[in-house]
Amino acid sequence: MPDRDSRDLVDLADIPSLAPTSTAAPVDLVSAEGGTPLLGRKARQGKLGVIGWLSLGWLVLISLAAILAPILPIPDPDEQTASLARQPPMTDGHILGGDGLGRDLFSRIIWGARASLTLAVCAILIGIVVGGLLGLVAGYFRGRTDGVLTAVFDVLLSFPQLILALTLVTVFASGEGVSGSRRMIFLILALGVVSVPVLARITRGSTLSWAQREFVQAARSIGARNRLIMFSEVLPNVLPAMFSVALLGVAVVIVAEGGLSVLGVGVQLPTPSWGNIIAEGRSDLTDSPHIVLWPTFVIFLTVFALNYLGDVVRAHFDVRESAL
Amino acid sequence: MSLGMLARRVAHLLVVLFCVTLFVALLTSMLPGDPVDAISGFASQEQKDQLREDLGLNDPVPVQYVHWLGKFVRGDLGNYYSVTGSRPVMDRVKDALPVSLQLMIYAQVLALVIAIPLGVMTAYRAGSRFDRGSNATAFGLLAIPNFALALILAYYVGVRAGWLPVQGYVKPSQDLPEHLRRMALPTISLAVAQVAVYMRLLRSDMIATLQEDFITMAKAKGISPRRVLWRHALRPSSLTLLTVAGLNVGALIGGAVIVEVIFSLPGIGTLLFQAINARQYVALQSLVAIVAVGYVLVNFFVDILYAVLDPRIRHARS
Repeated sequence: MPDRDSRDLVDLADIPSLAPTSTAAPVDLVSAEGGTPLLGRKARQGKLGVIGWLSLGWLVLISLAAILAPILPIPDPDEQTASLARQPPMTDGHILGGDGLGRDLFSRIIWGARASLTLAVCAILIGIVVGGLLGLVAGYFRGRTDGVLTAVFDVLLSFPQLILALTLVTVFASGEGVSGSRRMIFLILALGVVSVPVLARITRGSTLSWAQREFVQAARSIGARNRLIMFSEVLPNVLPAMFSVALLGVAVVIVAEGGLSVLGVGVQLPTPSWGNIIAEGRSDLTDSPHIVLWPTFVIFLTVFALNYLGDVVRAHFDVRESAL
Repeated sequence: MSLGMLARRVAHLLVVLFCVTLFVALLTSMLPGDPVDAISGFASQEQKDQLREDLGLNDPVPVQYVHWLGKFVRGDLGNYYSVTGSRPVMDRVKDALPVSLQLMIYAQVLALVIAIPLGVMTAYRAGSRFDRGSNATAFGLLAIPNFALALILAYYVGVRAGWLPVQGYVKPSQDLPEHLRRMALPTISLAVAQVAVYMRLLRSDMIATLQEDFITMAKAKGISPRRVLWRHALRPSSLTLLTVAGLNVGALIGGAVIVEVIFSLPGIGTLLFQAINARQYVALQSLVAIVAVGYVLVNFFVDILYAVLDPRIRHARS
């Protein structure tokens, strides 16, 4: 792709514009000191450090909450109690108070973790599997295969990503009578499609450099099949780069779902997601800001943790996209 | 930049534009159900047939696409259909486009105005308390979704403090100070994340540049640090920033759509939102196409500008 090379000084795939808030972490790899400075000494060496452990702990906590939501001793997230409507935190034993319809906010946030995290993880899995495979093929075989695939990624990337996801969900899963599960499936697919070219470009870049290494040539010279070389020689080395981008991607998708909720095509109510709790809370913002603030805080912590860990992984494996 | 290179870029641009618009057309043609029913459920059979003919729904999809493209290029974006009649989409786009452009330009300018000095200063004082503080703040800001930031600002600055209005739009030609007041919160909501992105990017590029021989040379000649930073180091360090600023327009568009809806600004985002909710698929197709084409064009120009600004690329080609 000759048209790209002027920009290859920066690895474009590194710039996540998937979501309203771009998670910028990947872009400053060029740093002469190596690694991101704000992380502190520990993280720069690719070690977890205090913040890293806290981040990991938070992610484990919300994942557990999401998985165990049905058996946790919390109120039904759909049960409406008129007297609880718009009540501030610590009302009648409801830790975070009630939402606009008198549902327990804490319980909705816990159940919201289920929808938000499932959505984000599944979408990024699609990105990893499809994008990773295509990127691996493009980077390994080069030549015409690479040209065609890169052109496809280019076209996909030339849509503003939120708009692409918005259009896909609107077309396939909006309107009256659309079931919650259909909406969920198409949200996953749409956000997955959006993440495919991003992960594909990362994988391709990383594969390009690894596929030239001596051990790969050695494998080739003893007559190993391409498929074997790709999966057992190249892929393991490419995984760290994919993983660190995937962590950022999960954060981006969580935020993107929130954006789509504000536009009315997020996770279908009454199923709660962090995004649609905030979107619903908009109408009560003046009197009961806590409905918006608490889920926002939860998203903030989650995105922060994912970004931070993404950076740690990157530093640990010394993934330098700029050098690819 | 050579002519051949420009021609290649333009060819690439045309291919991408074709793919993008075709993709949008295919998507909208896949909408389930009869668009005519969706648009005007209560119309008589006769009116429906007329509408179907109007929309060209009886033609095969490629023909529909070509018709639509022909009109699109000439500025005919189709119509809004309602029980009371149809209205050209273009009428509303004409009013909405400036709003969105203003919002995005303000946000971009604000972000760069804050980020460039910060990036330069933190690179110059890399490792200092100021540097670490700014970076940690930037990292934190990146974790705040812009729709949430918009709501938080609306609540604390708009509702609680009452400093700025949180809704509506005033044209700059009508009342400039009021225009700026109304645009302030949306702009800030959109700019904050960009500040963090740009600052971190410029900082790391600057640090790399500051290690170069020509900077040592400049310092050795006794040029003041300020002049070295702003005159010698900034330009070569700003190329990545430029590319990312161009690419970020995609994120900015997505963000602008949401922020417009939250602050009730009558921009393209709001139109898009309304078109989705009112099932105006013709309008939806045209609006998505406008956004996508705009984004592709911005990146095209950034690409060209990039080649013009960076002598290394300019000469590598010839």
